[in-house]
Amino acid sequence: MTVTVDPALAADARRERRFFLSLSLPALFIVGLAAILPILWIIRQSFLTTGGEYTVGNYAKVLSSGLTWSALVTTLELSLGTLAICILLGTPLALALASARPRVANVLMAFVMLPLWTAILVRTYGWLVLLRRDGLINAALTGSGLTAEPLPLVYNFTGTLIGMVHYMLPLFLLPVYAAMRDIDPNLIRAAASMGATLGQVMRTVIMPLSAGGIFSGSVIVLIYSIGFFITPAVLGGGKVNPLSTRIERTLSTFQDWGSASVLGILLLVLMALIGVMLLAARRLLAQNTVDAPHA
Amino acid sequence: MKSLPITIDGVSKAYGTYVALDDVSLDIQAGEFLTLLGPSGSGKTTLLMALAGFVRPDSGKLLLGDRDITRLAPNKRDIGIVFQNYALFPHMNVLANVAYPLALRKTPRAEARQRALATLARVKLDGLAERNVAALSGGQRQRVALARAIVFEPRVMLMDEPLSALDKNLRETMQYEIRRLHDDLGITTIYVTHDQREALIMSDRIAVMNSGRIQQIDTPQRIYDRPSTRFVAEFMGEANIVAPGSVRRIDGAEASRETLMIRAESFHLDTKLVGGDGVALEGILRAKAFRGENWLLTLALDGGQEVLVCIPAALAGGCAELAAGQRMTAYAPAAKVHAIPGATA
Repeated sequence: MTVTVDPALAADARRERRFFLSLSLPALFIVGLAAILPILWIIRQSFLTTGGEYTVGNYAKVLSSGLTWSALVTTLELSLGTLAICILLGTPLALALASARPRVANVLMAFVMLPLWTAILVRTYGWLVLLRRDGLINAALTGSGLTAEPLPLVYNFTGTLIGMVHYMLPLFLLPVYAAMRDIDPNLIRAAASMGATLGQVMRTVIMPLSAGGIFSGSVIVLIYSIGFFITPAVLGGGKVNPLSTRIERTLSTFQDWGSASVLGILLLVLMALIGVMLLAARRLLAQNTVDAPHA
Repeated sequence: MKSLPITIDGVSKAYGTYVALDDVSLDIQAGEFLTLLGPSGSGKTTLLMALAGFVRPDSGKLLLGDRDITRLAPNKRDIGIVFQNYALFPHMNVLANVAYPLALRKTPRAEARQRALATLARVKLDGLAERNVAALSGGQRQRVALARAIVFEPRVMLMDEPLSALDKNLRETMQYEIRRLHDDLGITTIYVTHDQREALIMSDRIAVMNSGRIQQIDTPQRIYDRPSTRFVAEFMGEANIVAPGSVRRIDGAEASRETLMIRAESFHLDTKLVGGDGVALEGILRAKAFRGENWLLTLALDGGQEVLVCIPAALAGGCAELAAGQRMTAYAPAAKVHAIPGATA
């Protein structure tokens, strides 16, 4: 059976669709202007000498430099380290928040969110005060006799990691908490009534059902930490040099726009690779959740 | 499968000043189908959750057979539960849901699969094993939840308003099927509902609860015909609580001095259908309504009290002609007149 379509009604439907699409135009315009154009500019820049002639020399110079590769390794170490700590600390915390009574959860959530309301620079210098050789933490440690010498907590990898985790944890927590809060408590009760221990409930019910949230949180943490600059610059004390600080150094010290652009493109490629890997991981995850868990 | 009796001994639970369970004691026999019936907030679900281990009582004891389970963790109680919202795992298909308790018990995969499939067949879900839970209808989800609760052969089954989300026809079908499943398995079952008809249809015994206390526990017939309190009388159906003075014996003998309960459908309009030891109530017809299978008449007694009179359509030859405002008499047989000691009309 076919239905004859009234052209006037069809036109109405088209006009409606066009109207709603047009609502996204301002956003599309801004994204185009603020993201796509600079990227194109950076790509062009990476093929130019300081004199303005076309060259692939920038790529040869940057990719053959040991500093680039060590910066790449540092970037990956910082990002994955931050992510790992966020997952280890954030997942149980999200579970505790999600299972707390709403009022308690709201108060705890406010504490978790507090760092987000503070400027990043202020927070980073705050950590400096805490972590220095003569800072609060080392004073407490040596004062109480727990350690003889002050621990090297800042101007190194450890300090950078602490600062980055502090920044990323709330960003990781939010989607994980949202996913866990949406789990019907009766599912956990049902699992327990059928004989599941706490560990089995975690493995077979809570983790699979919050996997989406953990995935989103991980994506956010990785996106933020791959290009993170201020924390490594302040808390790394010049010894922790991921790609972001290399770019800054290349620009401020050598005014080498070509090489800096190549490094920027390297960051982009890294981000794309990680994105592809995460998508593949999610595919695998989705395929494996239907089968009965053998706990 | 050997099912176990349950003993609930003096269990209380308060949330702040709100008393959810007030010294509740109850013995459920092995293999019995017992319904906890009551309005919302009566404590029936709290009692069920205490048995399941999800609510910790403030005092009292819970026994499964001879075993004290008051402090036992929920996952060690070996109790099958069907939740109101089914609580099926959305990330597993039907088969995985039903095989879940077996997987937890390290049952070999092939055996777990075979037992899960057999249980699915038992609840008439053959062929849906690989289906996604989200693709099932309400009735099918209900059956998966049932299958999952019985597949590991628990000693006791608890059901928390399992049919409340289904439409009326499906609900009635499921009532008979759950009862038949219970009879086949012989498993001790505690069923929570606020639907008195459901309780009457399904139960061996009904415990009527209100304000955290058990008002009466008895067979469906006795709960309906011989309620011990006014609350039970009115919760179970259209009950008239009549003051002693408003009633006279048909044969002229002295009428009872107690407050009486007469169900609306116990009345007749023809005195010949009622014995001489029956009672008569006189009054003015206030309103009448045709309800399909019966007529509902509202009678204002001389004392001012209103009484509901329900006459089956098959016997209600004259009802259509009755006019509001006319004086009339309703008769009830002695067997259907029940005294409620201590109640006032």
